[in-house]
Amino acid sequence: MQVLYGRHHVRVFRFGLRLVRDEQIAEDLISEVFLDVWRQAGKFEGRSAVTTWLLAITRFKALSALRRRKDAELDDEAAHAIEDASDNPEVAVTKKDTGEALRKCLTALSAEHREIVDLVYYHEKSVEEVAEIVGIPENTVKTRLFYARKKLAELLKAAGVERGWP
Amino acid sequence: MMALSKKMLEQEPSEIEMLLPWHAAGTLNARDARRVEEALARDPDLARQYAVIREEYAETIGLNETLGAPSARAMQKLFAAIDAEPVRQPSALSSLSSRVAAFFAGLSPRTLAWSASLGAIALVLQAGVIGAVLVKNQSATYQTASLTADTRAAQQAPHALVRFAPEAKIADITALLDAYQASIVDSAREGMFRLQFGSKAMSKDEVASLMNRLQGEKIVSLAVPAQ
Repeated sequence: MQVLYGRHHVRVFRFGLRLVRDEQIAEDLISEVFLDVWRQAGKFEGRSAVTTWLLAITRFKALSALRRRKDAELDDEAAHAIEDASDNPEVAVTKKDTGEALRKCLTALSAEHREIVDLVYYHEKSVEEVAEIVGIPENTVKTRLFYARKKLAELLKAAGVERGWP
Repeated sequence: MMALSKKMLEQEPSEIEMLLPWHAAGTLNARDARRVEEALARDPDLARQYAVIREEYAETIGLNETLGAPSARAMQKLFAAIDAEPVRQPSALSSLSSRVAAFFAGLSPRTLAWSASLGAIALVLQAGVIGAVLVKNQSATYQTASLTADTRAAQQAPHALVRFAPEAKIADITALLDAYQASIVDSAREGMFRLQFGSKAMSKDEVASLMNRLQGEKIVSLAVPAQ
């Protein structure tokens, strides 16, 4: 268990933190996730990668935590914060730094969009693995990421960053 | 194909277009990767969109890497909870160990295996070159191990996390390392290598320009500055 924890706890923590946006809750999540792994090791069938299994458990627990916190309100606040920033004259300076603006907008995506972007780009999960983690059909995985990217482009545009797509 | 990708923006995205993010992450199977490569070669609009995706990909990794790690509290809490769990029956334990063994059998994704072997070969090659240079320049003098100005400058030399494209050959990688006066100092997270460039510190603009040049290399699928 120590080896498993040592190898995967940072990724589990970061995935959870991006979903719940609260370090304390994310830390509690990883304890719960690995405790579940300890309890359910017998159910692991080895058909998928361990990280896929761990991320699926993390997602389930993070969503439960989010439901408790009614995090949807926080998503709205974050989106407004981005939109408000476009009216700020100082944005002209940050426009030069597309990377920084991109990171802010990645943070402002909805939880549903954040998780799919992170799973594909950061956790390097295939279409099939994302489908397994999120529990949706593979075609939905592809379209959901596409629309997450479109939303990202809209947020960037609102912040004054044009990238030539869409 | 150009018309297809433009049309997509107004209507439904094409299948190839939807696969671009996975192509950037290197997680497509060989057949799909080939289809995407062919489409990118034919369609400049698609290639432009792919450039945007690579930017998103790099920034998502950068953003996640800034999130840090959990404190020791999480681990203490976990192992305290495990200690408090009821003792398992021997049969359950044996089943558990076989399951845990099964975990580790599933630990290595294709990309990890590929990168690990490539990294090992690259490091061996580098070690060979360094060894040859040392043997050639060997002299009977001794040096103290104190931190010289050169060593300090080397520590400040720019570093980057780099992922090579799956089709990159060892010869291509060694040529790139040569051209950039770079060396592989570590294999970091899955599929990524930590490279050091030269032996002197660079300004922020110089590092940004270096990253841009590196990112433009055909055999580099991702390059992000690292500490």
